[in-house]
Amino acid sequence: MLRFIIRRLIQMVGVVIVLSALVFAWLKVLPGGTVGALLGERATPERRAAMEKALGLDQPIYVQYWEFVKRAVRGEFGASTSVQPGTDAMDVFLTRFPATIELAVCALVIAVLLGVPLGYLAARRRASWFDNVSIVSSLVGIAVPVFFLAFMLQYVFAVKLHWLPVSGRQDPDVNGTRVTGFFILDGLLTREFDASWNAIKHLILPSIALATIPFAVVFRITRASVLEVLDEDYVRTAESKGLTNRVIRGRHVLRNALLPVVTTIGLQTGGLLVGAVLTERVFSWGGLGDALALAFTRRDYAVLQVCILMATVTFVVVNLLVDIAYAVIDPRVRTR
Amino acid sequence: MTDTLSTSQPHPRSDSDEPLLSVRDLTVTFQRAGDEPFVAVDGVSFDLRPGDTLGIVGESGSGKSVTSLAIMGLLPERGVRVTGEVLYNGQDLLKLSPTQMRDRRGAELGMIFQDPLSSLNPVVPIGLQVTEVLERHRGLSRKAAMPLAKEMLDRVGIPDPDRRLKDYPHQLSGGMRQRALIAMALAAEPRVLIADEPTTALDVTIQAQILAVLKDLVEDTGTALIMITHDLGVVAGLVDTVNVMYAGRVVERAARHPLFAEPRHPYTAGLLASIPRLDGSRGERLQPIPGSVADNLPWTSACAFAPRCSQPIDQCRAQTPELVQHDDRALRCFNPMEVTR
Repeated sequence: MLRFIIRRLIQMVGVVIVLSALVFAWLKVLPGGTVGALLGERATPERRAAMEKALGLDQPIYVQYWEFVKRAVRGEFGASTSVQPGTDAMDVFLTRFPATIELAVCALVIAVLLGVPLGYLAARRRASWFDNVSIVSSLVGIAVPVFFLAFMLQYVFAVKLHWLPVSGRQDPDVNGTRVTGFFILDGLLTREFDASWNAIKHLILPSIALATIPFAVVFRITRASVLEVLDEDYVRTAESKGLTNRVIRGRHVLRNALLPVVTTIGLQTGGLLVGAVLTERVFSWGGLGDALALAFTRRDYAVLQVCILMATVTFVVVNLLVDIAYAVIDPRVRTR
Repeated sequence: MTDTLSTSQPHPRSDSDEPLLSVRDLTVTFQRAGDEPFVAVDGVSFDLRPGDTLGIVGESGSGKSVTSLAIMGLLPERGVRVTGEVLYNGQDLLKLSPTQMRDRRGAELGMIFQDPLSSLNPVVPIGLQVTEVLERHRGLSRKAAMPLAKEMLDRVGIPDPDRRLKDYPHQLSGGMRQRALIAMALAAEPRVLIADEPTTALDVTIQAQILAVLKDLVEDTGTALIMITHDLGVVAGLVDTVNVMYAGRVVERAARHPLFAEPRHPYTAGLLASIPRLDGSRGERLQPIPGSVADNLPWTSACAFAPRCSQPIDQCRAQTPELVQHDDRALRCFNPMEVTR
């Protein structure tokens, strides 16, 4: 098991190196180049040359890449130009990442806690009304555009009914003490439970909006996977031993059926951590998705670099966790 | 456990003639919406006394596997109709609730299946797959069940059982897997063991070993055995009585010796002629039974085997043959093979 994890960690380093090269190459082929981006299209050749020298762009490409890697390892990407002008790009990332994680984890928990049991039940009662209703709702979950759902939730539950806050992560007047940047956790750590509760209320609507697609996917995969496993010979063997339903369900059906579900959850997590742009915009969440969208439209290359690099690292780490989870569930993976 | 029939009762080994398992007129009909009903097992009856060994032989589609699944109560509930009686100790298993049947399975009736790899759970260690039977039916803790599981693995001839308890199915060879399946099926000492083609997926040398293990265990524990196979060679050294099934019905039933020495039903004779023999003369050709089950006639108005039979007479296509008791066997045939001696 340990060897398995070490092997995966080494592979991970390789992936990160390749990805850093890709991000670097992408910076090089930007329309107008880095200098054009910084000075504008109409800069004089002299000013361009001076800027190139100042940035080290007159150096050979491998020297430039090496400099890029050194700075990236130290987390030096320069100051943000437009997302939070003047702030260090790494700091922009670090203050926003907890917001995104909080939202993504909450959405994921909702998706898994609903998707797996419902998927299992739907499979056990194939072709019943329960199965049919669940399939249709999961289809609706996939089909309804996230921003539309987000707006509807916001309008109905926040604007009209006033049950929940409209946007943001915490009311401005709460002013909780910051420890980790995770607002709920901070409240618990500093025993400011009101702050935690306030953050939870802010989290509910965006999490539901964000959870719909992962829920639908997890539900579908679980259902299909359970249906397949129910037909397996070893389930019949378990029945022939007269085991209780509980043991057959948990040990013999679910454990096997969860393998593809784990893969799906991993893929969805990666997506959630990086791509909650729409939901974050609607609820002014102030997370990474927000920053990414702004950085793209306003050409904030420092922030873009940090976000893209860190997003790839996040993806790779999540993938590693999925692989480990896989190895824990399936002994056949460990020996491979 | 909701049922009171305790599984910890000692199994009395009686030499009485009371059958342990008595299958009466068992009929299984598959009826899927939109399809014609299909009768897979058609009025099968047999008795099994403690310590008996019984073979059910027939080719694919003869209904032998469905018979075993019906006895175990393992057929799907939807689209399947099971009628007749399966009396175990005088109690009709077909009338039991699913929960009551669950208490019997594994404890009173054990079963081993054809493909040992797909029949084992790939993500659960062998040891747990044995102990879960003991936990369920003996009320033992997993810790207390482990030594018993180890002993079981040892008894079925798995070397180094301590290590194998922790192994997963993919780490075992085909023969070891089948031994492990046998250990699971026999862990709670059921009084009836059904083996459904237990050696079909194994190579020949391993087949012989597995059959030897089964034979020893059945003799040691007094468990009654129902051996289901398409291969008369498999039952030759193992069972006392052979039921030959064709198209869902028993066509010939006899003790092993008379059946092998002198098959009377043309189908039995055909099955025997299609087994390669070591003592046959060089160049002797195997004789396959012509045609396939697709040629069958309906039992309701004819003998289903008539189109493939070596010696059909007019009556075979016009009338349903009944299973009639002769001196040493029961036979369902209008024109049986000649007695040679």
